[in-house]
Amino acid sequence: MDSFTIFLILLTLGFVFGKLAESRHYRSIHAREKMFLHIPTTSCKKPMGDRASIGQAQLVYGHVVISIDYFKQVLAGLRNFFGGTIQSYETLLDRARREAVLRLKESCPTANEILNLRIETASISKGGSGDRVRSVEVFAYGTAIYYQQAAPQRPLQ
Amino acid sequence: MFVSNIEDIPGKTITTCYGIVSGSTVRAKHIGRDIFAGIKNIFGGELKGYTELLGESRDQALDRMKAQARQLGANAIVNVRFSTSSIAAGAAEIYVYGTAVTVE
Repeated sequence: MDSFTIFLILLTLGFVFGKLAESRHYRSIHAREKMFLHIPTTSCKKPMGDRASIGQAQLVYGHVVISIDYFKQVLAGLRNFFGGTIQSYETLLDRARREAVLRLKESCPTANEILNLRIETASISKGGSGDRVRSVEVFAYGTAIYYQQAAPQRPLQ
Repeated sequence: MFVSNIEDIPGKTITTCYGIVSGSTVRAKHIGRDIFAGIKNIFGGELKGYTELLGESRDQALDRMKAQARQLGANAIVNVRFSTSSIAAGAAEIYVYGTAVTVE
């Protein structure tokens, strides 16, 4: 009975704090995405502007590790039994990807364009035994393009 | 050192190609971070310790790749790719590779 009580407590904690964290995170994602709408980001390799006017190109990247809460973990476990889409993991990955891309953009706020954006996902807790940490790492990288008139003052490395 | 993940450095021309350069790191998280992450696993949210750790490893892998390119006499690396793999419980390998070139 004791372990069942602990399970219930963990479930409630996960539900309440997980939900709070998620909605807070989504609010910040929406706000920051609006801020960075002026940087066109593509997965193409060709710059949209004139090639001759490019002043600087630079590798930029951003990444985040996000963990799932206990409630969703249990929910996903149940889903695994019955089959079907696991929505709790879908939102986790969505948040992680958008956050990684946002951090990439935050590292180059004066860029005119971001080319060849690639997103990579890794589950860093794979292969663990016992109480594994269920978390996901998303890494986004691309090439930031600065056109000549808006080249940054920062010297090259 | 110019670095990009497209086939060239826009605005410059490639004059010499030196071939593949790469860098990698394998890092483990220390036990304190693991315990903290375990707690965070109940509540959900970002695991800042892991984010930091992977960021450091990635910078180190990049530095190693740049050092290798410098040794060859290159001044740029194009078509850079990253890959991450977890080789054991609690350890992650970051591998980064690209083509070392000279641009003008």
